[in-house]
Amino acid sequence: MALDRWIALVLLGICIVYGYTAWFTMDGSLAPFMRRNPIWPSTFPKVLSIIGIVASLVILLGLEKGEEKIGDIDHRRLGDYFIGQALFLLGLMVVYALCLRPMGFVFSTSAFLIVGSFILGERKWHVMVPVALIATGAVWYLVQEVLGIFLRPLPFFMGV
Amino acid sequence: MLEGILIGLQTALSLQNLLVVIGGCLIGTFIGMLPGLGPMSIIAIMIPVAISMGDPSAALILLAGVYYGAIFGGSTSSILLNAPGVAGTVASSFDGYPMSQQGKAGKALTIAAIASFAGGTIGAILLMIFAPMLSSVALLFHSAEYFALMVVGLSAIAAFAGPGQVTKAVMMTVLGLIMATVGEGALFNMPRFTAGIMDLQSGFGFITLAMAMFALPEAVFLVLKPKNLGDDGGEIKDLRITRAEARAIAPVIGRQSLQGFFIGVLPGAGATIASFLGYAVERNIAPKAEQEEFGKGSIKGLAAPETANNAACTGSFVPLLTLGIPGSGTTAILLGALIALNVTPGPRLMVDEPQIFWAVIMSMFIGNLVLLILNLPLIPYIAKLLAIPRNYLIPFILFFTLMGAYIGQNNATELLILVGFGVCGIALKFANFPLPPLLIGFILGGMMEDNFSRSMQLYGGVSFILERPMTLGLLVIAAGLIVLPILTARRTKS
Repeated sequence: MALDRWIALVLLGICIVYGYTAWFTMDGSLAPFMRRNPIWPSTFPKVLSIIGIVASLVILLGLEKGEEKIGDIDHRRLGDYFIGQALFLLGLMVVYALCLRPMGFVFSTSAFLIVGSFILGERKWHVMVPVALIATGAVWYLVQEVLGIFLRPLPFFMGV
Repeated sequence: MLEGILIGLQTALSLQNLLVVIGGCLIGTFIGMLPGLGPMSIIAIMIPVAISMGDPSAALILLAGVYYGAIFGGSTSSILLNAPGVAGTVASSFDGYPMSQQGKAGKALTIAAIASFAGGTIGAILLMIFAPMLSSVALLFHSAEYFALMVVGLSAIAAFAGPGQVTKAVMMTVLGLIMATVGEGALFNMPRFTAGIMDLQSGFGFITLAMAMFALPEAVFLVLKPKNLGDDGGEIKDLRITRAEARAIAPVIGRQSLQGFFIGVLPGAGATIASFLGYAVERNIAPKAEQEEFGKGSIKGLAAPETANNAACTGSFVPLLTLGIPGSGTTAILLGALIALNVTPGPRLMVDEPQIFWAVIMSMFIGNLVLLILNLPLIPYIAKLLAIPRNYLIPFILFFTLMGAYIGQNNATELLILVGFGVCGIALKFANFPLPPLLIGFILGGMMEDNFSRSMQLYGGVSFILERPMTLGLLVIAAGLIVLPILTARRTKS
């Protein structure tokens, strides 16, 4: 089955769960006076769930005529691309998200920029490290001092 | 009117206000260029500065300059990095980014600058002439018409998805609308579809979603299939546009200045819907051969949304200044700033405080001129972004994506949501599902439900569709926009 139909199947599942919530469970906690209104919090979601289910079924069953398009990257030949680098970078983003608060902005960000460049094949440490540190410092100053948005600069065990 | 213009010029051309408008435009441009920081967040940040100035005219001039600058800066990041920080510049990336990929970044930025200038200037002229009249036209639109207008906007976006793609675009729009219903709505103070998760009570963040659907997949695709970001190594060789190109975009600019302005006037239909409708209209009326060029680096496809979004920004000031109704999220923040400065916008503003009303309009002319004069010479330096080696640029794009989401919500959980949505965005991009309709559906979802609910309340059900001819007409147009391309594709296929 083509990738777009697999995705349509997932979307159909989402729409069914969404529709089930809207049609059967959402209105349970509705106050009695609200039940007399022509519009309920579930009204718009109910309409959306129907359109969503119909649209995903049309894609799933291939009812709309059209040629299959292959985008910039052919997902059937993923092995030809740098899939490892992409996965590592996505993983690095997750690690960054988890480390930002406990490890502080300066350490997390400079590590993210250095490791990110390293994953992409950069080996010039004498360029990589200063660039990462300067950029981290500049962004921290702009966000914290100019915009006034708090960013803990240091790890939790080193105070604020 | 002449007296008003003179009062406005006198106020706007004072040394202090000239510096304020130049400063506002520059701040807006530079911050707007960073993916993730749109005009709303920039204006919100600048409000304390504006209020501390004490003078309402100067404050409004500053905030308006920041607004225009941010829209211009957002276009630059859309064109160079395909990372629109502002919803109103998403459509600019459709053709702007392919142009920069073809080594025409300088030309694309020049077209964007000229189209923005023309759209903003023509919009300001129209604002000056039609403000009093247009306010009464906008009054004719009720919630039912707003709802129907949004349906038309979303259908138009789905309609230009291309043969065999209309249902996918509809699906993406519906997914965006579904996502907009997560959290507490404006009309119902009860959490919906949150699964008991506290962080979802306020819904998904627009910036997070925009970053996840545009910047992240683009950066990951750059990793998957390495290619030079600029064939010319970031050197902008040719900023000039030819006479033929100028002739080609001139009618587009004329049409989209008018269309964008009038869309901007309608509350709820701001720069975003104006830019997408502008793109759709220009694509649909272009000759068959030129239609094929849209999405691949068409100068008309770039000029249309760029003109329309600037004209709409100006148009959105009409309901704000004449009725006191914000036409968009950004003007809602401006309204808050005005109230903090003890200025009440509305029909009396023109009479009671003409210096404020006219100074803002005059500053729009000056602001647009400042953007053109300052930013055109800066384009080669701005485009140096392309010369940054891929090994450094990609981690920086990913970092700014993460920071955009973090600053927008000040919540580390948002970063995990960003990566989760980003993975979904990559999968959808692999399968050729169009992503812009998802984002637009998400942006318009809240307003659409609001207007739909109000109409249902007023008419006790869906009878408003039949009882209001304008609503019915708009919904018929919307249905036609969806059904016709599907039928045409079926006929062509058979």
